[in-house]
Amino acid sequence: MFVSILHRVTGDGLALVGLAVLLWWLGALASGPAAYETFAAWMWADLGKLEWGGIAPIFASLVKIVLKLVMIGLSWAFFTHLSSGLRHFVLDIGAGFELDTNKAWSRASPVIGIILTAAFWALMLFF
Amino acid sequence: MGNGTSLGRVRGLGSAHSGVHHWLLQRFTAIGNLLLVGWFAISLLLLPSLDYVAVTGWLARPVPATAMALLVISTFWHARLGLQVLVEDYVHEAGNKFAAITALNLAAFGGAAFGLFCVVRLALGGAA
Repeated sequence: MFVSILHRVTGDGLALVGLAVLLWWLGALASGPAAYETFAAWMWADLGKLEWGGIAPIFASLVKIVLKLVMIGLSWAFFTHLSSGLRHFVLDIGAGFELDTNKAWSRASPVIGIILTAAFWALMLFF
Repeated sequence: MGNGTSLGRVRGLGSAHSGVHHWLLQRFTAIGNLLLVGWFAISLLLLPSLDYVAVTGWLARPVPATAMALLVISTFWHARLGLQVLVEDYVHEAGNKFAAITALNLAAFGGAAFGLFCVVRLALGGAA
């Protein structure tokens, strides 16, 4: 039940938010360095250089923090959807319906999603 | 699988008279996404930097440009199919459903066209 809901939520989140970010990224790349800087400044801001003087800068800084969480959330949504999607492929061929097996993999799939997300960011940030 | 008559199972049609095609395409595009977004994630890890010059130089090359174009097609197709199921599950009034599916089709085709155009522009050197 939970894995099924998670599969739908992460899939629809990737479709609505993830593809929008992908299009902004591709559009910014195709538009030139200034547009790419704008994309990077909003979606992946340097949190150490945020400005907090005045109403507008505070609002912009809060948005940038939320957008960074959105980016990390999208990576989590992708790896979780990937993990539960692979589970669906196994179920599609008629395997894994025994109660114990089914319960084990339904518990494992969101955990695998989190592990893959953590591994991705560890490789991205530290190597 | 005890559902449906023999003839219905041969035709692959249930009471809705369609759906197998949708179901299969959802899985074909899922495999496409697995390969292409997997390639994209690994590429982001392997790129020496994610600054403008590094990324555009990479995406302008033939194989990455082709893979990114296919990624746009596969992800938008998969998303369109998935969101269609979302609409069908939660929007029951016929007029609203028609409007939602129409908007979804326009957004999916428009978004994919924009993504493909951006890849082509990067690959063929039109970008600044």
